[in-house]
Amino acid sequence: MTDLAGEALFGLPLPEIWFGLVFFVLGMFLFLDGFDFGIGILFATREDAEEKETLLAAIGPFWDGNEVWLVVFGGALFAAFPEVYANLFSRYYLLMFAILAALGLRGLSPEMYEEREDDQWRRYWGYAFVVGSALTPFLLGVFAINWLTGVAGIVSVPGVLGGLAVVALTVADGAAFLGLKTRGSLRDDASRYGTRAAVAYLGLVALTLVAVYVTTPALQSALLSLPVIALVLLSVALVAGYVVATRRGEYLAAFASVGGLVFGLVTVIAVTMFPAVDRATGLSVSEGIVSTLPLNLMTIMMALLLPIVLSYFGVLYSVFSGPIESGETYG
Amino acid sequence: MVDPVVASRLQFAVTTIVHIVFPVMSMGLAPFLIYFTWKEIRTGEAIYERLRRFWVKIFAVSFVVGTVTGLVLEFEFGTNFAAFSTFAGELFGGPLATEGMMAFMLEATFLGIFIYGRDRVSDAFYFLSSVLVGLGTWLSAVWILIANSWMQTPRGYELVNEGGRQVVHLTDPMAAYFNPRFQYMFLHMQNSAVESVALFMAGVAAYFVYKHHVRGDEVENAAFWVKTLKIAIVALVITAPLQVIHGDLYARHVYETQPQKFAAMEALWETDTYVPEYIVAFPTDISHILDPRAKELLGIGIPGGASWLASGGNPQAEIRGLNSFETEAPPVAVVFWAFRIMVGLGFWFILLGFWASYRWYRGELVEDDLLHKAFMGSSLLGIVAVETGWIVTEVGRQPWVIQDVMLTENSVSPSLTGAEATFTLAGFVGGYALLLALYTYVIRRIIQHGPPEVDGGAVEADAGTDAPPEAEVSVDD
Ligand code: HDD
Ligand code: HEM
Ligand code: HEM
Repeated sequence: MTDLAGEALFGLPLPEIWFGLVFFVLGMFLFLDGFDFGIGILFATREDAEEKETLLAAIGPFWDGNEVWLVVFGGALFAAFPEVYANLFSRYYLLMFAILAALGLRGLSPEMYEEREDDQWRRYWGYAFVVGSALTPFLLGVFAINWLTGVAGIVSVPGVLGGLAVVALTVADGAAFLGLKTRGSLRDDASRYGTRAAVAYLGLVALTLVAVYVTTPALQSALLSLPVIALVLLSVALVAGYVVATRRGEYLAAFASVGGLVFGLVTVIAVTMFPAVDRATGLSVSEGIVSTLPLNLMTIMMALLLPIVLSYFGVLYSVFSGPIESGETYG
Repeated sequence: MVDPVVASRLQFAVTTIVHIVFPVMSMGLAPFLIYFTWKEIRTGEAIYERLRRFWVKIFAVSFVVGTVTGLVLEFEFGTNFAAFSTFAGELFGGPLATEGMMAFMLEATFLGIFIYGRDRVSDAFYFLSSVLVGLGTWLSAVWILIANSWMQTPRGYELVNEGGRQVVHLTDPMAAYFNPRFQYMFLHMQNSAVESVALFMAGVAAYFVYKHHVRGDEVENAAFWVKTLKIAIVALVITAPLQVIHGDLYARHVYETQPQKFAAMEALWETDTYVPEYIVAFPTDISHILDPRAKELLGIGIPGGASWLASGGNPQAEIRGLNSFETEAPPVAVVFWAFRIMVGLGFWFILLGFWASYRWYRGELVEDDLLHKAFMGSSLLGIVAVETGWIVTEVGRQPWVIQDVMLTENSVSPSLTGAEATFTLAGFVGGYALLLALYTYVIRRIIQHGPPEVDGGAVEADAGTDAPPEAEVSVDD
């Protein structure tokens, strides 16, 4: 134990690794739960009861596992940067509870929707599902951009634009996933929405970055750095790839492009923020990090668990691979 | 506007008190589900498939609500208790992160397979999924209870000055995580979850058995419910005595490690020997009746009982009173009564278990209407015991949030305003009332629908309605 307390494991740059890991976990959440949100938003475009059922069945086995990435995001931030966790979450107090409320609505409403057959009941829980699914990524986008800029208060122009960008991204994500899980007109419609959403995302994310540039002079040089520019160009290419792949019916490629877009966005935020981990309090990565012993322990824990957890997801997604069969339901 | 400290504490209390209901359901159901799945695969009997499918539905709904309410708690340490999180984050963040990675991930992914995947995977893999889901729920208790027990009996740390501020510094992880309280808490909690679910099952089953066998109503699936009742009784007879025996050991441990809490549990103000175990106690002065810290008490109790409990068998033992501590006493009446309710229920559950076993042994199980009514009335009392037990634990720890290390009043987020805190508190009170109402509604509907029909098994199971009730089912067939 004494050497675990002494220096970083294998001399690794652990504060930076954990900084990256926290954003990786956030990216996993946005990518995986993102398709649940996107499908929840696309739910609003469906009239037919059976199609709605198919959409719910498409996310049924997955959404809960996907959501755990948010739990791990909170936990990893708490474990590695407790002061950031404490400051960030209490600073955006009402925003955090709004996210939780939206997420709660999303989680609960399919369960309730399935509970009864009557039209009115289903209409209202359907609305609730759509609202929860749209609001969560929006608020998360606001949160991520506010974290980056360190703005006081909750509402900011870059934050709102960022929120809209994330919503568009999740729609593209959901549409690509539906490409894999459905057939026929449902899939064609979803693809159309997905393509538009991907293009809209590009516009919105550009606007967001411009807004950050204008409102936050301290971040200007970071925004013009090579990695950020490269990532923006990469995103343009990925959106083009998404559109082409969707046209050709190569939905797995489209889904992978969304993954690239999500991690691209998260990386832009991380790279722009670094070396700060919370600009509002002026904490840098090396100041915000916990001390060596708990950090080493958490690193060992993560190194052991991360591959195992990823393998659970591999098992889950392969057991439920392929399109929804007729008659498969949520409940 | 409520003061942010008070509002945060109330909010944490409301949100955990609601959350714990759902983990109790899922942790308690887990062993039953593993058993049903195992029997289903081994015997191929329809009844086990029906049992599994019926209780999985309840598990799934509980899990969703547990997730929704659990996420709130995970965030609340940051939103409302930022000072605490900064101060103790080094010790506290790790278990929470590990809980997410080690437990929730396991549970949430394999639950997908357990609920939706019966036809997609092999029997062996399906059984494995049931085990992994159960393991996930129990592991989440391990990590969250490590976090909580450390707050009760902090070990393995030192206080250091960092940037002009005191923070907790982890020095010995084994001592910290396997602090003395942990093993007591884990055993007591897990056994209480199984016991609570056994009571719930028994209550639901007794309702249908009563309707069919006592009132003579036509009830579908009567055989299914008799079987459920028997399984629940077996579980109750095992868990109820264990809980009380273990509670006795636990109380002694609390006396040794948190004497102030123990004194509050016994409402003992002056250090004394031969302290009675009050069954009831009231302020002698009527104007103090609503004061949780009233000192002049009149009690009726067992002479030497509390001394006996604290020392492990010596009725003469001395117990420290609340006046001997420097810090203000916790709200004594809350702790005192919560403890009485938990203990009282503990003995009642034992009685219930043995009463039912006796009737069963005599072959009179299905006809005893008083027994069925007792089961119905007790179906939610396990949860009540759990809630009161937690109130003893958490309120009894006051004024400390970390025993002898940090005061609760210093743990709240400095930036939090009264308006924000009041707003979210009101939101939770309203929102959670609605949530509980919806949960109750869904569970009631699941119960009313009864167990699903199963291919090939439906006929056989329905035949039970007309056949003599006792003949065709027994627990270990
Ligand atoms: C079915 C539920 C149930 C039942 C019948 C009992 N308990 Fe309990 N008790 C709990 C459920 C519970 C609990 C909710 O699970 C707690 C809260 C924290 C914990 O570890 O377990 C608890 C806490 C708790 C504590 C407080 C520990 C602390 O401060 O950390 C004590 C001293 C006891 N119990 C003792 C008993 C005794 C002497 C019982 C019976 C004679 C008893 N319990 C029955
Ligand atoms: C699920 C079962 C639990 C219940 C029912 C419960 C109940 C309560 C109650 C009633 C309070 C308010 C006490 C007061 O202010 O007088 C409280 C406070 C608190 N509890 Fe728990 N608790 C539970 C589990 C936990 C766990 C597992 C943790 C930590 C991991 C925890 C951490 C806290 C904290 C930080 C506070 C706020 C500070 C305080 O008021 O003491 N609780 N809880
Ligand atoms: C005695 C106290 C507690 C126990 C035994 C417990 C146990 C559990 C269990 C078994 C689950 C799985 C969901 C379910 O089956 O309903 C769960 C969910 C959850 N709990 Fe608790 N919990 C407790 C208190 C807390 C506290 C204080 C926190 C705050 C950190 C917390 C955070 C969570 C989270 C984030 C989830 C959602 C997990 C998911 O998304 O799957 N729990 N809890």
